[in-house]
Amino acid sequence: MKSRKYGHITLPSFHIDADCLLEQNPNLKFRDNDFELADAAAKESFIENKKSMSYWQDAWRRLKKNKVAMAALYCIIFLIIFAFIGPFFTHYSYSQQVRGDENCPPFWQQPTAQYMAIHENFNRFDHPFGADKLGRDMLVRLMKGTQVSMIIGFTASLIVLVIGALYGAISGFIGGRVDDVMMRFVELLYSIPDILIVLLLASSMKPALTAFINKNPDSGFSEFINVLGAPLIGIFIAFGLLYWVGTSRIVRGQVMMLKNQEFVMAANALGASNTRIIMKHLLPNCIGQLIVTTCMQVPAAIFLESFLSFLGLGVSAPLTSLGSMAADAIGGIYSYTFRLIIPSILLSLLILSFNLLGDGLRDALDPRLKR
Amino acid sequence: MFPPLVGRRYFFVLEQNGKSNIVFLLVMSIIIFNSLKCYLKKRNGEINMIRFLLRRLTMSVATLLIIACLTFLLMNLVPGGPFLSEKAPSPQVLAAMEAKYGLDKPVGVQMVTWIGDFAKGDLGVSFRLQKNRPVKDIILDLFPTSAKIGFIALAIAVIFGIPLGCVAAYHRGRWVDSLLQVITTLGIAIPSFVLASILLVIFGVYLKMLPTLGLASWQSYLLPCFALAFYPLSYVARLTRSSMLDVIHQEYIRTARSKGVAPVKIIFKHALRNSVIPVITYLGPLTAGIVTGSFVVESVFNIPGLGRYYIQSILGRDYPIIMATTVFYAALLIAMNLLVDIIYKFIDPRIDVTGEVE
Amino acid sequence: MDGRKLLEVNDLHVSFFTPVGEVKAVGGISYDLGYNEVMGIVGESGSGKSVEAYSIIGLLQSPGKVTAGEVLFEGRDVLSFTNKEMQKFRGNEISMIFQNPMTCLNPVYTVGNQLIEAVCCHETISKEDAKARALEMLTLVGINNVEERFSQYPHELSGGMRQRVMIAMGLICHPKLLIADEPTTALDVTIQAQILELMKDLQQKTQMSIVFITHNLGVVAEICDRVSVMYAGRIVEQGTVDDIFYNPHHPYTMGLLRSMPNIEETRHEKLIPIEGTPVDMLNPPAGCPFGPRCEFCMNICLRENPPLIQVKEGHRASCWLYVEQAQQQCEGGEQSE
Repeated sequence: MKSRKYGHITLPSFHIDADCLLEQNPNLKFRDNDFELADAAAKESFIENKKSMSYWQDAWRRLKKNKVAMAALYCIIFLIIFAFIGPFFTHYSYSQQVRGDENCPPFWQQPTAQYMAIHENFNRFDHPFGADKLGRDMLVRLMKGTQVSMIIGFTASLIVLVIGALYGAISGFIGGRVDDVMMRFVELLYSIPDILIVLLLASSMKPALTAFINKNPDSGFSEFINVLGAPLIGIFIAFGLLYWVGTSRIVRGQVMMLKNQEFVMAANALGASNTRIIMKHLLPNCIGQLIVTTCMQVPAAIFLESFLSFLGLGVSAPLTSLGSMAADAIGGIYSYTFRLIIPSILLSLLILSFNLLGDGLRDALDPRLKR
Repeated sequence: MFPPLVGRRYFFVLEQNGKSNIVFLLVMSIIIFNSLKCYLKKRNGEINMIRFLLRRLTMSVATLLIIACLTFLLMNLVPGGPFLSEKAPSPQVLAAMEAKYGLDKPVGVQMVTWIGDFAKGDLGVSFRLQKNRPVKDIILDLFPTSAKIGFIALAIAVIFGIPLGCVAAYHRGRWVDSLLQVITTLGIAIPSFVLASILLVIFGVYLKMLPTLGLASWQSYLLPCFALAFYPLSYVARLTRSSMLDVIHQEYIRTARSKGVAPVKIIFKHALRNSVIPVITYLGPLTAGIVTGSFVVESVFNIPGLGRYYIQSILGRDYPIIMATTVFYAALLIAMNLLVDIIYKFIDPRIDVTGEVE
Repeated sequence: MDGRKLLEVNDLHVSFFTPVGEVKAVGGISYDLGYNEVMGIVGESGSGKSVEAYSIIGLLQSPGKVTAGEVLFEGRDVLSFTNKEMQKFRGNEISMIFQNPMTCLNPVYTVGNQLIEAVCCHETISKEDAKARALEMLTLVGINNVEERFSQYPHELSGGMRQRVMIAMGLICHPKLLIADEPTTALDVTIQAQILELMKDLQQKTQMSIVFITHNLGVVAEICDRVSVMYAGRIVEQGTVDDIFYNPHHPYTMGLLRSMPNIEETRHEKLIPIEGTPVDMLNPPAGCPFGPRCEFCMNICLRENPPLIQVKEGHRASCWLYVEQAQQQCEGGEQSE
């Protein structure tokens, strides 16, 4: 029996007749060089190399596929445009009180007879959402309110992010006793009733800040405090004191988990320095979680601010936030229901969008593709 | 617990003297505690459990002490006082009032005095909100009302939230799931005062279906309880859903399917018990928070509860009430966390809370 | 038994419809299994061996779907079973044991509870009888102190014992076919040997058929009667154990056999691995999937998928080398008598 040798390997010599093959598959056509050994170049080109995507590109692609998250993103972008660019297109400013325009109805309601009497050329789109009892245009105030709510949300979550991430990273990376002590402290902070601190700070900042303003009347900071109002400074301080604990726990958890991962050990074994390990391995892996946590912190801050507004501790007039507008409108809920509904819708939309976006980001940045 | 549609007579009993409610609660908790002990005797070493409980008790007392001190310090550090915002009294009157309540002494001394009084059971008297009324009476008066509403809301949240989460997880990707996702996300996004006000307007004013103020009849419980329950319900449903989804992809579920177990049984026997732990973790602190009352719901629906009172006392710097309520809430929280830890042991035999588990 | 086959898989195609595209996990495999026969399915990770097993027992989860082909169990079309029929089928006439015993048992219920459940799903039987059956099975799989083990939780048992419990659960309803998806891979080597012995023993006692999925040729030699070698979702060679081990025809099979370290080998030789990386199943190339890694790759291999060529009764290989024209194209025309 003939056997074939290829190098040091002996192939069995069995073979079949090609003709019966061709009978079965009439589409099969042999070419002249078919049974020569293929060269390396041919084999290479055979394999299409799929271009590999980086982690971020992959995550972005996954996010784009998530329709709900993308809708939330567009909503946020729309609200940002509405809040920051919108005011350039309106006639009024948010604190401008137009005499005679008090309680102007929105464009879908009919004005009262007395109102018509005062305004001869009544244009219902002059104040599309009407005006409040001081004659201020609602639309522009809605825009301003959204601005303020967003700024509060972003600033608070930034504060939380910086403090929490630093604290958690240090605690997680050092580990051992230091970590123990730091975590005990965090647990203590957890057990302090946050509402107590927030309220105490919010309601007590006024005298302290007034004193400060009186001492430095010209500084830009005083201007800033004046505009925002004492309670808001109180909120930011409360956030800086209390609300970072959640983020620090998450970051610490991530760092501890990553520290023990085999790729870190491998990097160590290959001789990487600590700095390199932190910069190239630990930090990038944390950023995903950080983004998600920050995104979820924004609506929490806005929520808290709206709650304070309900208590009367929100931004000081004439500045307004969505929460303040809604809270103010509760008094007139029977006669001017829309004044509660519209800011509430915007507020809920804002909070909803950030929550949904945070959910979507969490799904996109999670490399364990469970779906 | 306290199901919503119980007859009037039951409510009448509960509406009586606040003190008897506390006694009732205490008796119930002792009974529960003892039955727990008996059951646990069967499964684990009783000694372990007792040691564990004692350890937790001592830690709790220590924690409460620290919280009390911190709260006291913070209250006093922040500018403002109980008498300052009234019509400015003359300095002598102010000094006299402060002396009467011991506010002229240094903070450290005040704190120690308070702790000593607390240990004896004397919670002091209210400074401002209800002049000179003992704090203990105030709390015993207000807490049962908040607790009633809180328990009903909790029951709604659990009874509806968990099954909804299971349904959403089971039908993942289909319209049922999407609908539930939308509703629950709304539930956690809408601020509570917005929801409460809107409910009030729709049901109380436009439809005139339900009473809006106070707690006269059983119908008047519907609106506040639902307003209070909406956020926890949504959160519980979402939590159950995501936990279920995690569990459904586990290998032991695949094993159960390969054995030919019916899908309903897979969800309710195999999956549910494994996915309920995060939910219970959430429910522990939630219970403590919800039974101490929600300021928003109590304000909007004009219910005399502890939540509203607490906020007012903070704003009015009524120190004794602040201290007492804070410590009370912290104690509730610690108790609920302990209860949750014990419940873990029943659900998942792998968890051993008696050991020092980090 | 009569000449009827227990299991017939005909031209089965399974794809996963993922967000990035369709992954053709199984691209047309066919095999059959008689009664009291053990078939080994060998292949590396990603070759589709587990996927086709899941489709037989109906555990394929979305986004996976059977796109073509049929699976006949005793002549019945399994793929067209309703949910109720599938429920009655699984665990009863066919059962499956999985790779990782650590995670395959529900941690919150006792071993006994899960065993009894396996019986009670399919037979109306009293609790006591069910318990007796369970204890009997536990003894059969070689567990000591069965009464004690019965009321223990999975985390209180070792890996080997858990796998025994899994086997007991799989056999408790006396199925005709057992699918074993890499049951020994996650275990220590010594335990592996014990479990294999146990399975051989049980198979002889109960005369059930087994589809044994593994990547380890050594295991195959121990327990299997016939073998199918899979690569990239296709069967590249199929035959009895002797055929495959002593007369391999497909270059992949030869490569696998060569890359096994031989403990009795006295010569000092380097292990010869198979060059290259597994195929990207998302964009499978035309032609033979093993082509780029094959040292005998010819130009036609890169163009056309090789046909399944019957070497002898029961032994088939899918390779262009065994076509007449290839015979004539040996390197340098070396031919020895």
